[in-house]
Amino acid sequence: MSAPTSALGKDLVGLEGLSAAQVTAILNTAEPFKEISERRIKKVPILRGKTIVNLFFEPSTRTRVSFEFAEKRLSADTVNVSASGSSVVKGETLVDTARNLEAMQIDMVVIRHGASGAAGFLAERIPSNVVNAGDGSHEHPTQALLDMLTIRDRLGRIEGLRVCIVGDILHSRVARSNIYGLKALGAEVAVCGPKTLLPIGIEELGVTVFPHVEDAIAWADVLNVLRLQLERMQAGYLPSLREYNQVWGVSNARLQQAPKDVLILHPGPMNRGVEIDSDVADGPHSVILRQVTNGVAVRMAVLYLLAGGAPEQAEAAKEGGEP
Amino acid sequence: MSRPLLIRGGRVVDPSQSLDAANDVLVVDGKIVEVAPALSPPDDAETVDAAGSLVTPGLIDVHVHLREPGGEHKETIRTGARAAAAGGFTSVCAMPNTSPVIDDPAGVGYVLAQGAAAGASRVYPTGAISLGQEGRNLAAIGEMIEAGAVAITDDGHPVMNSGLMRMALEYAQAFGVPVADHPEDLTLSDRGAMNESLVSTRLGLRGKPNASEDIHIIRDLLLAELTGGHIHLQHVSTAHGVEFIRQAKARGVHVTAEASPHHLLLTDHAVEGFNTNAKMNPPLRSAADREAVQQALADGTLDVIATDHAPHHYDEKEAAFDDAPNGIVGLETSLGLILDRVVGAGIIDLPTMVERMSCQPARAFNLPGGTLAAGSPADLTIIDLDRVWTVDKTAFLSKSANTPFDGWELRGRATHTIVAGKIVWSLDEPD
Repeated sequence: MSAPTSALGKDLVGLEGLSAAQVTAILNTAEPFKEISERRIKKVPILRGKTIVNLFFEPSTRTRVSFEFAEKRLSADTVNVSASGSSVVKGETLVDTARNLEAMQIDMVVIRHGASGAAGFLAERIPSNVVNAGDGSHEHPTQALLDMLTIRDRLGRIEGLRVCIVGDILHSRVARSNIYGLKALGAEVAVCGPKTLLPIGIEELGVTVFPHVEDAIAWADVLNVLRLQLERMQAGYLPSLREYNQVWGVSNARLQQAPKDVLILHPGPMNRGVEIDSDVADGPHSVILRQVTNGVAVRMAVLYLLAGGAPEQAEAAKEGGEP
Repeated sequence: MSRPLLIRGGRVVDPSQSLDAANDVLVVDGKIVEVAPALSPPDDAETVDAAGSLVTPGLIDVHVHLREPGGEHKETIRTGARAAAAGGFTSVCAMPNTSPVIDDPAGVGYVLAQGAAAGASRVYPTGAISLGQEGRNLAAIGEMIEAGAVAITDDGHPVMNSGLMRMALEYAQAFGVPVADHPEDLTLSDRGAMNESLVSTRLGLRGKPNASEDIHIIRDLLLAELTGGHIHLQHVSTAHGVEFIRQAKARGVHVTAEASPHHLLLTDHAVEGFNTNAKMNPPLRSAADREAVQQALADGTLDVIATDHAPHHYDEKEAAFDDAPNGIVGLETSLGLILDRVVGAGIIDLPTMVERMSCQPARAFNLPGGTLAAGSPADLTIIDLDRVWTVDKTAFLSKSANTPFDGWELRGRATHTIVAGKIVWSLDEPD
């Protein structure tokens, strides 16, 4: 370890409370890491000798794989633990699972958990660095960071942009992290969706609420379209997916009414024909796959910074070994 | 019988007799004999010097969870009764949501026997409204009352079936006991972990709206009005809820209701940081709700202060917020909190505190006590109003330590708890 404390502190649990300088530092640090994934040999020795556990209590493919690539391309040793294949299903508590891993002398834990607050709970109880890969409906900071990096790539800035998050805001950790991160960097943020899926008091976070997606599209520079979990219909939040698509679905017909081009993001996995139509997802203004690519760079940046790396030395660190 | 006891020179506050003056209290054979200045003690009397202290009818908490049978890792009737005594309580009413549920006379007898064996605070059992607290069929209410239960309640499980609640309110009238309900419409609060508010939105926790409690309070009030039964509403936490109770009382509905120390003092901001010791049901609400509960306590809309003492093992609270159980311990902090932060803040005065913590609980649940009238059971609490102490959860007599008040500095504490003329707990001479 080169430095005991990082620009982010010990952990990355959420974006709420991070300063504009901290969020910008992560995005800037991600820039030089993008190139590593384009090399023929996609590996640098920055986290050589570090042990990272990816502790996934909820099923995840995209986020877990993205973290794993980020870790491996930085030369960390990684272990994946998923709830279905671990003692978690035998009734072991979260804190016991963590302590057992800790006893094996690990350096970092990336945690995905179904309960809000689980990542912070772990971070308070173990000395390893903890990265939140999604906790309940609370936060998913690396997703919001990769969203912001992708917006910045295409539009050159975050400040002053109008970003509307569309869909199930109530249950969305992606929405919360995006609201905190985007507002920290000076964007205007709105949300749009059926009122059954909007959390109470969301306006008090400084966001505008659009009941109608047409109005959101007319307002926005960027739409971040959230996945609609199919369970929401069974739980009675919506009459049907068909109706959701008809009223809130993002379609080319609706986008063509907009006064300007709107950048389209989606954190995946998509329900084509529900929250987003295929011709939008695959269209010229979609940056959905760019988000996935950027996810690896952003996660490299977070791991590098938590390990004590300095943002301005990221470029040099790629060739020089440990941060 | 035991030696006579003379409590000398205290400020005796007994609202049941409109008494607030320096007096001695003479106790013989477990009963109050006389309250008057400068009594001369019988030759063999034990004396307690209460000069500078407050002497009150023993404090009564009508809402505690002692966890036995079935939850002895959290609390036993013995540890709970001793924690109660250490908090100045001479009587507590044990909720029936144990495992098994107290829904028959044998269960009531067990709680009574364990309570008597504890030799501390009196423990009054309550019985379930419905068999197994399942909300379907009435439990053996008459037999449980005969065996010693003082109220019926499905606490922990709101009675969602209005028809069943109506029948409970009708049926219980033959036995003269209150029907105590935890007011919560589960279809509105389902899986909620905290108050529905900006805090729940920020933390990504599912919220319970005030309306989930308000709707159930209105229903219970209407059913009490319909039947003429006595509804006792537990741990009221909302501004609308107390207003509905106020209106019902004005119409003559037979309703009594509780305020808990935590709803009087905390708001949902205590949950920040996913603090599982701020997770309870009903949840901590907004500052406006807290003020309404304080006002309702002051004007008598809420008759009694009750803790909802809910011990949980530390492993159970050491979990993600959604996974942690509801509730906090309260018996050993209630009096200090009320003295320092409610009386001390000028919300109620001392005689009103004694009303809410002794006289009215006794009346609401038809318990002996709540008075120092001659011939009454000699249950008393002696309180040092100037004793400054710091809540230390590691020093609790309760088996559990789940409190959000750890480290709070409070002024005012019970120094002696006397049950049937016997000192069952003394602060400066703990057993």
